[in-house]
Formats: sequence, C-alpha cells, structure tokens
Amino acid sequence: MKKKFKNIFFILIVLLFFNSSTYSSDQLNKITKNLRCLICQGQSVYDSQSEFALSMKVLIQEKIQEGQSEKQIYNFLKDKYGDWIVYDPEINQKTILLWLFPLILFIFGGLLIARKLSIK
Amino acid sequence: MRDRTKFSILIFILIFVFIVFFKGLYKKPTYYPVSELKKIEFNKKIRTLDNQNEYSIFEITNNNFFLVNIWASWCAPCRDEHKYLVTLKKDGVDIIGINYKDKVSNAKNFLEKLGNPYKEILIDLDGTNSIELGAIGVPETFLINSDSKEIIKKYIGPIDYNKTVEILEIINEKKI
Repeated sequence: MKKKFKNIFFILIVLLFFNSSTYSSDQLNKITKNLRCLICQGQSVYDSQSEFALSMKVLIQEKIQEGQSEKQIYNFLKDKYGDWIVYDPEINQKTILLWLFPLILFIFGGLLIARKLSIK
Repeated sequence: MRDRTKFSILIFILIFVFIVFFKGLYKKPTYYPVSELKKIEFNKKIRTLDNQNEYSIFEITNNNFFLVNIWASWCAPCRDEHKYLVTLKKDGVDIIGINYKDKVSNAKNFLEKLGNPYKEILIDLDGTNSIELGAIGVPETFLINSDSKEIIKKYIGPIDYNKTVEILEIINEKKI
C-alpha cells in the first residue's frame, strides 16, 4: 500500500514538472513570435539568432519564471523600446483608425453592393 | 460630362499616389524605436569585470551626470570610439562600462592596449542587463542624470568628436 502511494506520488511529481516546463516554453514561443527583432528587420525575436534576440529570449524566460504575465512583459518592453516592438498593436488613440479602417471599408463595400443590387 | 469627371478623378488619384511614393523615396529606410519613458528602474547589482564587487549602475559615481557605455572587445566600432571615451574621461566625465557578451581575458587585453576610460566595468554575459537598459546592441552610450535617474541622451552606434562636444555641452550647461 505504502509503495503504491509512493509510486503515484512520484508519477504526479513527474507529470507536474513536465507540464510546467512545456507550459513556460509555449508561453515563451508565443511571446517571442509577437516581438519584432529590432536590429534584424522583418524577423521576429523567435525566428532570429542575433545577439539581441538571444538575450531577449533569456530575459523573457526569466520573467516568465518569475511569474510575470504576458501583458506585464509586453508593457515592460514597450516602456524600453516603444510600441513598435510588438507586432500586434494595442488599441489606443493612436491606433484606433488602424483597427477601425478595415471595418469601415467593409461596411462601405457592403453598402455599394446593396445599392447595385437594389438598382437592378 | 460623366466621362470627364471620371477622368479628372483618375488623374487626381494618380497625382496623389505619385506624391506619396515620391516622398517615400527620400525617407530613411532605417527606423530606430523611440521610447517616451526615460526613467531607469534598474537597480540590479551586477558583477564587475575584475570579479571583486557588485554594484548597481547608480552606486558608482557621485557626479550629477554620468555615461553608460556598452562595449565589447569583438566589436569593431567600439575600437573606433574608444579614443573619444578616453578624452571624455580626461575632461572629468565618469563613464561606466558594460562589457557585452565578451571574454574577460579579451576585454582586459583590449583595455591594456587602448587605455581604460571607465570608472567601473560591469559584465553582461547573456546580454540581459543591456536589454534592461533599453539597448539594442553594441556600441551604445547613454547620458544619465543621477538625481532623476533619467536618460538625457542616447547614442546608438559609435561616439565621434561631434558627439563628445555635445555631451560636454549638456553636462556643463546643466551644472550651472
């Protein structure tokens, strides 16, 4: 009986360890794919092997292990490097037009089509 | 009549597109990110190159202004800017060196050959300390005010004569 418990306990610990490590590397990949490598234009930090990107990966891994959320990490980097470092721009006063413009175009196009059809 | 309005709209669009592209021709293709936040909240203690002590960047000098210079012995532009750093030291500017991803023996050789302009050198083996300061590579130099802990000026790339003049001007102007 005791042995069984021991075994289950052991398996649980292994599972936990495995889970947590894959979770943090998934998180790392997700974040670094959304970060622009500032010295190698057109690449993300995830793709790049430049010194800057390598250090960035180390730093983000540390921050994840400290328990910081994705948002905290983005904010930390935006403070240092500006909004340009993230690929996915956040909605604020400067970017509201960027986000709304496709929607406006879509509605405008829909209206055009509707008018054409009703004329026929 | 309708054809004429169509034609003029087309011409107008063409001119507009032409102007946009023509202006774009003369834009610089490189973009450096600007951050509005200037305050440094980085107080981690970092090992020095001689492995004797640990300091945070604000513990090293008592001057109002100091420079942080990120360098490495393998970086060619760092070699070019080194003589300007030496003259800045002679003019009484405290410079803190951050040795970026370097071998300690190579860094020491570099300083023996070219002179040591640094008040203290902190090591950055994995590059994370430089990122905490907001740097993107080597060489990079920051002029920092130690009271407000703010970055006054940031130079990406090597220091040259004009930049040393500018640095001294800023420091002397604010002292008075």
